[in-house]
Amino acid sequence: MEISGARKNSKLLIDGALYNVEEAEFTKPGKGRSVYRLKLRNLRDGNVIDRTYRSGEKVEEASLDTQDEQYLYREGDQYVFMNTKNYEQHPIPEKLLGIKKNFLKEGMEVVMLMYGDEPIDVTLPITVDLKVIESEISTKTATITPQMKASIVETGYRIDTPSFIKVGDVIKVDTRTGNYVERVSTAK
Amino acid sequence: MRRRALICEFIRTFFKEQDFLEVETPIRAPAIAPEPFITPFESEDWFLSTSPELHMKRLLAAGYEKIFQFSHCFRKGERGRWHNPEFIMLEWYRKGAYYNKIIQDIEQLILTLAAKFGLNNIIKYKGQDIDISLPWPRITVREAYINAAGWDPVSEHDSLRFDTDFVTRVLPSFKTNRPTVLIEYPAAMASLARLKPDNHTVAERAEVFIGGLELANAYSELIDVKEQVKRFREAIEQIRRERQQQMPVPDKFLEAIVRLPECGGVALGIDRLVMLFCDADSIDDVMPFTVDDV
Repeated sequence: MEISGARKNSKLLIDGALYNVEEAEFTKPGKGRSVYRLKLRNLRDGNVIDRTYRSGEKVEEASLDTQDEQYLYREGDQYVFMNTKNYEQHPIPEKLLGIKKNFLKEGMEVVMLMYGDEPIDVTLPITVDLKVIESEISTKTATITPQMKASIVETGYRIDTPSFIKVGDVIKVDTRTGNYVERVSTAK
Repeated sequence: MRRRALICEFIRTFFKEQDFLEVETPIRAPAIAPEPFITPFESEDWFLSTSPELHMKRLLAAGYEKIFQFSHCFRKGERGRWHNPEFIMLEWYRKGAYYNKIIQDIEQLILTLAAKFGLNNIIKYKGQDIDISLPWPRITVREAYINAAGWDPVSEHDSLRFDTDFVTRVLPSFKTNRPTVLIEYPAAMASLARLKPDNHTVAERAEVFIGGLELANAYSELIDVKEQVKRFREAIEQIRRERQQQMPVPDKFLEAIVRLPECGGVALGIDRLVMLFCDADSIDDVMPFTVDDV
């Protein structure tokens, strides 16, 4: 495709390597050609490179597929997922998951972005319900502006929660930001 | 929004005090200036204006001596932090003036606006104090490229390298605490500017940059009809080759150019000027509705 079609999060093939467009900046000297400055992240090794293109230049867009998968278990620094149609398993390295590893629960249904047979990225549900396993004891009584404190959920993720959250409560967490959303149920 | 309106009001006052006439020219026309790297929107079989230049020069040819205009301009595919496909251009023209006089107009205009906003020759933009006291440093295209990119675009014509090096090397080499006036473009990039009388390798064309923003493009206007026809033909041929688009020759403009007096003119991007005076990092911050909002 023409470079003008490249957007943030486009997936491009450059010299045989797969890149995600992290930033795409359009500049143009008034009477001159458009210049596109891209910040590209290599989807295999995570390295970031800068590339400059001029209008009219072509780039190869990677054709990617998505498929429904389920999270099974963790093995060392690999997180294993399974295609829900053909039961094929895909281990994903921890590095590729980034913050998302904190929200994976066994059996969770996700959408896997595939480049041929290679998993590229995982899209989680927007929120996930997680059980609190540790929480600071709050000394303050509830006030109009809620006091925040640190809690730890079942996946080992440390999160800021309101002071009324107790061990055993289940809370909703936004998987895009990692932030607390609301309390789902209280400990029995 | 309020500051934007004030800026336009102050600009009107600035020109009216100097006896400039405010004019309005058509936004939709059957032919526009063919520019290899400016793609127009088509409107039925006409075009939306990419600049009011040709019509304003026809007014000069008809006898108006000092005119200015705020006009909506449209350029396809131009979208980014500094671009929106529809934007407001301020253009003004003076009979009997060359680009040096026009550059002084730009200096005076910015200085006047700064004074109206109570700024003492210092504009704060993106954390940088920009000293706008006169005169602003001028640098030739040749010097700027030799210093920042190590080659001379006047003796060695390479338009591909020119644009990329401009964005990645030359523009970042400009002093951040002063405006920069880039003058004397290579003859091949003269566009609608005349060549320097005593040196035909360069054109009397200038671009003004402040805080990394490309603000204005000024010319001593080309009034030689033969040369103009030749440049239009070359541009039309290049557009046909590179963009597979057939652009018509602006005949009525060419008929008028024989009566065009010696004159100078400039196009200044109002949205970017507002960015500068509002300390805005993106054109989106100063436009009520961008192409993504309409």
